[in-house]
Amino acid sequence: MAYAVALEALGDGTRRAIMEQLRRGPRPVGEIAAALPVSRPAVSQHLRVLKEAGLVTQRKEGTRRIYGVEQKAVADLRAYFDSFWEQALAGYKAAAERKGRRE
Amino acid sequence: MSSMQTSIEAVRKSLVVECDPERAFEVFTREVGTWWPKHTHSIGDEQIVEIVFEERIGGRIFERLDNGIEGEWGRVLVWEPPARFSMSWYPGHDPSEATELEVRFSPEGDGTRVDLEHRGWEIFAARGSEIRDNYDTGWGEVLGYYTEVFG
Repeated sequence: MAYAVALEALGDGTRRAIMEQLRRGPRPVGEIAAALPVSRPAVSQHLRVLKEAGLVTQRKEGTRRIYGVEQKAVADLRAYFDSFWEQALAGYKAAAERKGRRE
Repeated sequence: MSSMQTSIEAVRKSLVVECDPERAFEVFTREVGTWWPKHTHSIGDEQIVEIVFEERIGGRIFERLDNGIEGEWGRVLVWEPPARFSMSWYPGHDPSEATELEVRFSPEGDGTRVDLEHRGWEIFAARGSEIRDNYDTGWGEVLGYYTEVFG
């Protein structure tokens, strides 16, 4: 499931730091790397993982590649929880009523 | 471009359960482990032993794994039994990426109406660079809030 892939991608501190930067606005690799204690190739590698997880978008501006946050990922996450709560609350209702009757 | 200032609708669910608000509240919080789909919806999946809900403001909600490791889900922000509680929500995430869950319990007939709201999805959304300054302020406020409550 996309959500699990995204969670795994965000399990890395450097990738979370990259996402945090991108949330402040789209930017090129160089700018991202400059703010982090890791090399530019390492940042590119992390960006690839984030892109494969559907969390990051990439567009070309002249010769530069600009990275940004994939807005759809947020909608997907919200949709995931919308159906998750539906399911979980059914279990909750059953538990609450089972215990309620015992009294 | 103010349209970049994204607002994402909260996830809202309501249901009526056939028990009193005290019981409804208790099952949702202290007894969360009895109904939560923990083997499919947790950090440790099969390794999960229990879910602990510390019942006070600032209390942690966490899962304990069979190897003793604790995975934090969030912290209690509002604690008003049996009317409502709210908590930050960040299982598998850094606390700076928390959304917020609020659950309200009110008497309805012989049962209890439960209203759940899971909000704050904006924290995952991108902002345009043109409003970067605003965003930086907003982010500082979020972190400041955490420091204030849990620091």
